[in-house]
Amino acid sequence: MSDLTELYQSVILDHNRRPRNCRAMPDANAEAEGYNPLCGDRLRVWVRLGDGNVIEDVSFEGIGCAISQASASLMTTAVKGRTRAEALELFSGFHDLVAGDAEATTGLGKLTVFAGVREYPSRVKCASLAWHALRSALAGANEPEHP
Amino acid sequence: MPATDLRPPAVPADPGVRPYDVAAVRREFPILGQRTNGRPLVYLDSAATSQKPQAVIDAVSRFYATGNANIHRGVYRLSEAATAQFEGARERVARFLNAPDARTIIFTRGTTESINLVAQSYLRPRLRPGDEILLTAMEHHSNIVPWQLVAAATGAMLRVAPISDAGELDLPGLEALLGPRTRLVALAQISNSLGTVNPVRRVVELAHAAGAPVLVDGAQAAPHLAADIQALGCDFFACSGHKMFGPTGVGVLYGRADLLEEMLPWQGGGDMIASVTFERSTWAAVPSRFEAGTPDIAGVVGLGAAVDWLSALDRESVAVHEALLLRHASERVAAIPGVRLIGTARHKASVVSFVMDGVHPHDIATILDADGICVRAGHHCTQPLMRRLGVPATARASFALYSTTDEADALAAGLERVRRVMAL
Repeated sequence: MSDLTELYQSVILDHNRRPRNCRAMPDANAEAEGYNPLCGDRLRVWVRLGDGNVIEDVSFEGIGCAISQASASLMTTAVKGRTRAEALELFSGFHDLVAGDAEATTGLGKLTVFAGVREYPSRVKCASLAWHALRSALAGANEPEHP
Repeated sequence: MPATDLRPPAVPADPGVRPYDVAAVRREFPILGQRTNGRPLVYLDSAATSQKPQAVIDAVSRFYATGNANIHRGVYRLSEAATAQFEGARERVARFLNAPDARTIIFTRGTTESINLVAQSYLRPRLRPGDEILLTAMEHHSNIVPWQLVAAATGAMLRVAPISDAGELDLPGLEALLGPRTRLVALAQISNSLGTVNPVRRVVELAHAAGAPVLVDGAQAAPHLAADIQALGCDFFACSGHKMFGPTGVGVLYGRADLLEEMLPWQGGGDMIASVTFERSTWAAVPSRFEAGTPDIAGVVGLGAAVDWLSALDRESVAVHEALLLRHASERVAAIPGVRLIGTARHKASVVSFVMDGVHPHDIATILDADGICVRAGHHCTQPLMRRLGVPATARASFALYSTTDEADALAAGLERVRRVMAL
């Protein structure tokens, strides 16, 4: 039997209930929407990039399941203060973690709480929705993304 | 607790009528004895697709093992026998749906293709700019998008009859939208998302008084033994084999004979022509005109077996079983703290759609799955309805004639577990 506590860890439940950086950002210089037409989950990610492509601030708003909300929240805490390149590298590692491509992923810190998603293929998109939106925002794209 | 429209008591008036034996019915469905995630399967997603009785599985298997040949072509005995099985299924489906004549029954891939056939073959040539197609706010995407396609191609437009917060059709609202430009009214007999049973007979009267034909999406009605084409008086009726205990890949379109006769083919190919030259072709008679190419013969044979199986059941007993099940499940689910039922029409089929405070429907479905309970979570292909009701998604437990009150109790226990897992 699948172990639900692997998926719904307390860190995830906490970030679902009290999402960090969950707000619009009027002075953002990049933003993008993430939309999963399969389940209707939708969120918007805002980024303020500073000198040296450093993410000075990042935020999100939207609706979705616990996995997508917590993932968006944890993503904002993970990429704030990092450079664009570092953030994209983090997404790559995160994707390997949840899509099950790599057994050993390092440097992900708190994001490893999403390792349980790997056992639930239909939920991988929930976990990566915010990251896809972040990538679109960092690419300067304002088109809605359909992951 | 919603007011659900209950039929008379479960005790049959005639002592000679045996009570509905759901345990015996379940034994005919091999998959229902299975385990999932190490737990007994509790299948509460019959509105998405129903499970299949052994009789249907056997009919499909037997056709391939002993009866397979193409139809309407061969002069040899095996092909003639296959044709007889295929056409025999048409007659049984016509009887089951109470269509006036087997010739009015067209086999398609499913409800979606049936509706697209009417949109392209019946409606499109009749549409002029400014014409109107009248739908309701609770339609499935398959009863919205085909009309959008022909409207966009012709300059016609969609009008949408409103519904109440409980998910009931606003009949005066629908009547107000009927007018001289209404070319067709299309609505579900039973809402897949909410379970609402629409007053189709009344809608047909209103539409006909306004000179508009009516297409009924009967995908959810057929498995509840609620489909009766002549009683509804509709002009088109669409349903899917897989939701009525038959195979996937086969569906039905009923069309009024005089309308079908006027309609040109939608798809061209073999089996739908009278004669073909490179200059022109002439069309086969109805219904072959609308069945281009080799159909899903085994699927149609399986659907025939499904309606045979359904026809052997006592409709009244099934209706009582499902009504009691709906009442029990609605009470149990609504009693969970933080749960709100979505769709509380007075007249409902056994669909329980709900939301839970602080928990997204997808999380509900994932956690229930760990208990072996299959429910649907999402917008149920009714995004405009979700917007109208102000919810992004719902969790939906849908019950069929093989579902039990024990399963409704398992759902309630599962929802308590959802609260624990989500630390509510």
